[in-house]
Amino acid sequence: MILCSSAEDWLAQDGQFLALWTDATHAYALYAPGRLVALPLTDNAYPALNTPAAAWFQRLAFDTSGVTATGASDTRPAIEHFCASDGSSPWPEFKPATAEGVHQVAVGPIHAAIIEPGHFRFSVLGEQVLKLETRLGYSHKGTLALMRGKSPRLAARFAARISGDSTVAHSLAFAHAAEAALGLPPPARALYLRAVMAELERLANHTSDIGAIAGDAGFSFLDARFSWHRESLCTAALLAFGHRLMMDIIIPGGIAGDLRTGGADAILAALAALEVELPSLIRVFEDYASLQDRLVGTGLIPPELAQTYAPGGFTGRASGSSDDARLTPGYAPYENFGVSVPEDSEGDVAARIRIRLAEITESTRLIRDLLSTLPDTAIALAPAAGSGMGLGVAESFRGPVWHWLRLDAGVITDVFIADPSTRQWPLLEHAATTSILADFPIINKSINASYSGVDL
Amino acid sequence: MVWKTLARHFVSRHAPARSADPELAAALRQRLVAASAQKLGRSLAIRHVAAGSCNGCELELRATQNLIYDLTQYGLSFTASPRHADILLITGVAARNMAEAVRQARAAMPDPVFVIALGDCAVDGGVFKGSPAISGGAESILPVDLAISGCPPPPGQIIEALLAMLDAHTPLKTKPRPRRVC
Repeated sequence: MILCSSAEDWLAQDGQFLALWTDATHAYALYAPGRLVALPLTDNAYPALNTPAAAWFQRLAFDTSGVTATGASDTRPAIEHFCASDGSSPWPEFKPATAEGVHQVAVGPIHAAIIEPGHFRFSVLGEQVLKLETRLGYSHKGTLALMRGKSPRLAARFAARISGDSTVAHSLAFAHAAEAALGLPPPARALYLRAVMAELERLANHTSDIGAIAGDAGFSFLDARFSWHRESLCTAALLAFGHRLMMDIIIPGGIAGDLRTGGADAILAALAALEVELPSLIRVFEDYASLQDRLVGTGLIPPELAQTYAPGGFTGRASGSSDDARLTPGYAPYENFGVSVPEDSEGDVAARIRIRLAEITESTRLIRDLLSTLPDTAIALAPAAGSGMGLGVAESFRGPVWHWLRLDAGVITDVFIADPSTRQWPLLEHAATTSILADFPIINKSINASYSGVDL
Repeated sequence: MVWKTLARHFVSRHAPARSADPELAAALRQRLVAASAQKLGRSLAIRHVAAGSCNGCELELRATQNLIYDLTQYGLSFTASPRHADILLITGVAARNMAEAVRQARAAMPDPVFVIALGDCAVDGGVFKGSPAISGGAESILPVDLAISGCPPPPGQIIEALLAMLDAHTPLKTKPRPRRVC
């Protein structure tokens, strides 16, 4: 960690911004690929960073701890809706695009489909979206506060529920942070099985999302087939690890249960079924002009914008970035297997799907390699009641998940969690303005930023 | 005769006890059940509201619609509009920021409404119990008819619970062709 001595020092840091948070005494900023910078607070405030990617984090820091970012241009509440002086929950002031004939379309917090809550305010001219403002915070559960005062093993249950679709990745990043703080290296078998779970989770999400995007474009055949594969992957996860989403299995120090008898075979069978059908599904995806028409050129995220927000994951890789936390900064056991990272620069919905299709093949290979070389060691070490600070990362299906925590005598005193969604929401706001309103569900699903992962 | 008049008077002071004709009552009851079954039937529309979940329950809810579980075969379907819904299905901890939206969704639904809390968080707040940001479970916002626990409950369990609720509320003689839930 780099401790800045002055505000100039704090503002002069270059590199790709990833996250910002505060504790009682310091403000912290995280830059790629894992450089942590701290600045002591002055009068419970710190200078606001220049990058627009920091805006949400600064608003969040004010909502959760009352620390002010001096000079910030955006000071709206992030997740605290009951922010009026009388304790009520007023609507925020939206700033619609100004042009003749613009009208607003308000959507949410309850959406039409089975998804999480959030409010979207579109400024629309005819069908063209001119501006999108999102209001999040509806899923705010006070997770960070609940994690404080608990041991890493107890707090792992909250880490696993930051975002259910990436429960494995969040548990893994949290375990990495706790293990870094305690100097606790998990056994090799645990590392391998963690990677198996992480890749299974990636497959389950990629298959279900690709299908759902096709379904939104009126192409229910792909939705039906991909959701069938997701189901078979979840069933395999249940047989192998005892839970369909593999929740609460990764814990600080290792994993809570070994691979079950017959589990490896169940996983391999699911992979084989997916591998057999995938080429024909890709052909369908590529061959149908009506489907391609909805996806190509829709929801554009130009590479320059992706550079600013560092969304990571398939969203970043579809817009010219090759970032993958499994390689940089990297963590065990991926150095033994290598990861081929697909890249594209079109930045549209079709490109994001192409990246995810390529990742399906790579994750399948990784799981096979991992399962065929499983080390025969213990699966967990008990964490001692130590003290220290730790930073951990894991590549979730949607990008790098960062967890930071400080332990005092075995109890968490401070914790912060940065889901990549935080940097992806502003990109969705931009991508929506490149298309018509009817394309928004497709664009939203193609990025699939987590609501819960941001609302904390 | 005076004694005859007195006797008649004495007897007529008590009106004969009345009881409903059991045959008529049975027929009426049958008509009522048939009418409500016809009105509600087993074909119910579900409006799902996520009130502060981690999105795990949403994943499993969506899985109930896939090829393998195919929730629609039981007459249950998800609807976008609360106006068309018979069931309000709530997931999540009942975050304070969602309480008003949940109440508005309920108010927009025509009676009668079944309220279901799905997942440990919606049942009582789950692991988030005690957080000041939540009111702790769907019951803290609305009276709940059915609680489906699990974190998250798997799709098969969700379907079984929904079917149990239908069985309890609509005593129909004819039930849909049973199909294996795998």
